[in-house]
Amino acid sequence: MYGLGLFKGLGITMKNLVSPSRQFNIVQYPNRRASPFDLAKVDDQNPISFIATHPIKTLRSLLGLETLVDRMPQHANFRGEEFAWYDRRCTGCASCAKYCPLGIIKIVTGTSGVNQQEGQSYDIDVFDIDIGRCMFCGLCVEACPYDALHMGSGFEEGKYRRSDLVINVDQLKAAEKKPSTWFRPQLTDRGHDPIKGSTADWDQVGRHEKPSLEDQGERWAKR
Amino acid sequence: MSTIRTEPVTINLGPQHPSTHGVFRLRVTFDGEEIIDVEPVFGYLHRGTEKLAESRNYVQIVTLTDRMDYVASMSNNLAYVRTVEKLAGIDVPERAQYIRVISVELQRIASHLMATGFLLNDLGALATPLVYCFRERERILDLFEMLCGARITLSYMRPGGVFQDAPDDFWNSLNTLISDFPNYLDELESLITTNEIVLARTIGVGLLSDTQAVDSGVTGPVLRAASVKWDLRKANPYEVYDRVKFDVPIGNSGDTYDRYYVRLQEMRESIKIISQCIEQIEPGPVRTETPYFIRPPVGETYSSVEGPKGELGFYMVSDGGISPYRCKVRAPSFINLTPLKDMLTGWKMGDLIIILGSIDIVLGEVDR
Amino acid sequence: MIASTPAFFISFDSLKDLFVNLIQSLGFGESFGWVAFLLAGISISFLIINVMVMATAFYTWFERRMIGRFQVRRGPNRNGPFGIFQPFADVLKLIMKEDTIPDAADKPVFTLAPIALLAPTLMIMIVIPFGTYLRDDALLSNLNIGILFIVGVTSVNSIAIFMAGWGSRNKYAILGSMRGAAMLISYEIPMALGITSVLLLSGSLAMTQIVQSQSIWFILVMPMGFFVFMAASTAEMSRTPFDQIEAESELGSGYNTEYSGIKFAVLFLAEFMAPIVTAAIVTTLFLGGSQGFDFLPGGIWFAIKMFVLIFLLLWVRSTWPRLRIDQIMGFAWKVLFGLGLFNIFLVAVEFMVAVELGHTKDDGSLTTEYMLIMAAVNWMVTIIAFVILANFVGKKKYHRPEPTASPLANMGIGGD
Ligand code: SF4
Ligand code: SF4
Repeated sequence: MYGLGLFKGLGITMKNLVSPSRQFNIVQYPNRRASPFDLAKVDDQNPISFIATHPIKTLRSLLGLETLVDRMPQHANFRGEEFAWYDRRCTGCASCAKYCPLGIIKIVTGTSGVNQQEGQSYDIDVFDIDIGRCMFCGLCVEACPYDALHMGSGFEEGKYRRSDLVINVDQLKAAEKKPSTWFRPQLTDRGHDPIKGSTADWDQVGRHEKPSLEDQGERWAKR
Repeated sequence: MSTIRTEPVTINLGPQHPSTHGVFRLRVTFDGEEIIDVEPVFGYLHRGTEKLAESRNYVQIVTLTDRMDYVASMSNNLAYVRTVEKLAGIDVPERAQYIRVISVELQRIASHLMATGFLLNDLGALATPLVYCFRERERILDLFEMLCGARITLSYMRPGGVFQDAPDDFWNSLNTLISDFPNYLDELESLITTNEIVLARTIGVGLLSDTQAVDSGVTGPVLRAASVKWDLRKANPYEVYDRVKFDVPIGNSGDTYDRYYVRLQEMRESIKIISQCIEQIEPGPVRTETPYFIRPPVGETYSSVEGPKGELGFYMVSDGGISPYRCKVRAPSFINLTPLKDMLTGWKMGDLIIILGSIDIVLGEVDR
Repeated sequence: MIASTPAFFISFDSLKDLFVNLIQSLGFGESFGWVAFLLAGISISFLIINVMVMATAFYTWFERRMIGRFQVRRGPNRNGPFGIFQPFADVLKLIMKEDTIPDAADKPVFTLAPIALLAPTLMIMIVIPFGTYLRDDALLSNLNIGILFIVGVTSVNSIAIFMAGWGSRNKYAILGSMRGAAMLISYEIPMALGITSVLLLSGSLAMTQIVQSQSIWFILVMPMGFFVFMAASTAEMSRTPFDQIEAESELGSGYNTEYSGIKFAVLFLAEFMAPIVTAAIVTTLFLGGSQGFDFLPGGIWFAIKMFVLIFLLLWVRSTWPRLRIDQIMGFAWKVLFGLGLFNIFLVAVEFMVAVELGHTKDDGSLTTEYMLIMAAVNWMVTIIAFVILANFVGKKKYHRPEPTASPLANMGIGGD
């Protein structure tokens, strides 16, 4: 009957109001108000003893002054707004710089004098990524033949100046290495999940296993 | 007795206006509340995508296509990589084709959800249906995040396949999504489809007859709402669309309600397509090895797919180098605006907004 | 109904008495009565303005929270516990903003419009019998034309909105205010019709009398009148589905497009005060005012009923889209006007029958038993009328036949 549709609509909105399963999975980024129960959970106490031992904290949390960090979990494949770069893997081949659609990776290399016999590896003097212009497409990661460059998993890169957004080689070296598993199936296979907090060292991120000493003897010594 | 002398008012609707879906400007002349003339003004979001493509190599252009129709990046990716594959003669593995179809249909649902939600927002429903739509779209974006690490600017496809296989947990989430989704659509329907205010506002408003639609080159749901059964997925099956069964929903008369309803039914069809694809998909490679710098032979080609907004085509000319000589995009949003003046003239201010909303334009694509 | 006579309660009269006593005890004579009058008036104004502003602040918070919940969101939740200090933050922000006046604006009109919109809304509150201390007490309880006062004062609204739109010299604003003028004036008629049917039964214009005559709530006695009045007052305060004056998605912001700073804050205040005032009027007219069980004071019952009404309004607001301007006008004149007249006719006939059959009390009002019979009859008539109306309008207009494919696409893709 004409007119019933309006009331059906009212029913739908009421259903969405009351039923908890229809609610958004809301994450109060960057922090949420903590109830005394939450605080007790964090402290690993039972709530009653927590309230007894921390009256001021309890009062503050009841007034809504206590907060806990809260954020949405990403998938391990998430392309974060940072990079994980391993200087021990990077050869300075600059494939990444060539493949970047925006040309925002700047690499300057110099001779290092190490491994002279094998054709000398390069020193990376400059490795700048201007993440202020980067669109995090990941083509540089796709291009890197030595698995030296990976997408990172963090996204809180807000800065006050554009010039601060250029990540240089020292920052890249010092950064915590939490590579995303994006385009790196070997990381997934090894059970790496940056969102859960696991880090990966330079020798764990390659797509080939590191050859054992026997293998190396087989392959190189007989040459 | 003399009547009161009235004169028409010209109003600049946009580029900053809550309901022009971006930076679209309409110079509208009103006689009271009635529209007597419309003049669209484009170009506020022009970024020169086609020109930029001439200085990028064939893989890098994928990132540019993301930013055209930013609510349906996946479809843009597909349309583009299919053109390159045709130009360079690259084969695509079967599993990649299935994954492409699944992701494109998910993207179609996401895009239609946006269109429906914003249409209701334009109708003045205080964003409630919009938020419900966004809630479901969010789940699709979560799926995309698993698939390719991003939510909006996906860059998932590459000439020769997709860049990486879907992770294992993707399939579970996809299965829950497609089992939940029909229920959600039912809920949305009972909120909107039978709502008498929506009916009163949309039925018979902004009529676009089939002849008019075909004459002005309109495609997609807007064309199908005008009862023209034309869908590239059926008429010219690409990828694996010839192996799945689905209907092409059409509308009655081409009014705003039809355009909404066609979109709603298309979402159901998309769910059908996805579930058939899940049944048929088999393990295998997802990408043919292509060189980093693809050099297609000299030549030109046009290829198009049925995007959420209509026929999305790329025309590319190769001079044998690593980047195209010319790249032209047939953007459905832009071409669907052709009959705008016919559709709007004679209607009221409130109708203008919903007619524009029901065409479902994305300004990133209109201006490119 | 009143258990005992209290020593003091807040109303204009009591305050005046208080000040008269005060003045006399200070040694001034009878001729200073006007000072007491003035002081009492100022205190009442002070009270109303502050209480109403706070109530509106709370209401905006409640509305945003509630609509947030309807939209499966949270609503404001960062300022203070549950975000309750959000309105203060909003107002602080608005006050600190620059108060711009467009160059081409009609400056006096532009400046006066917010005040013209706010003042009538506040004035209504003095005649609402929300039971300050006793049941059925208004601040100005001895005003015997209470409801007429309300009808008169609310019509200033349309002028104020037109002032705002005209004064800003903005095309969106003028469109919004033109719509507003047309709509508000049209909806005043069904609103008056709704009120008239109440007056027929209560036999008095005084708000306290109207409450006292409701031995059965009038919403039960005449649902049709309630519907007409509710719809009309929703339109009067320009809420969904009748929010043509602002129509965010069409006009940007309608009549208040050009306002900023403190002026916008005042417009905003008036706009959000309207639901409270409307809920108060409807509670008085149809829900038995501050009547209720004795374990709670009348004021609390009044607040509960208002709360329910406000919740209903929010529910509707967060669900339904808005109608187009011509449909809104058509609804007023074709549907509500007719229903209102029919309702008056019905109630009048029933009243005459009651008088003929002697079902009246000594003071001329109806007996409770007869009101119950009336309720039963009216509910049936209302439902039948709505069903007939619905089928009459809906059938022929919204029937959608099965679509047939146009011959233009002969691509051989019919079906699978
Ligand atoms: S992510 Fe994309 S834009 Fe950013 S540096 Fe890598 S290739 Fe360039
Ligand atoms: S990061 Fe990879 S691609 Fe870039 S210079 Fe180093 S090794 Fe080459």
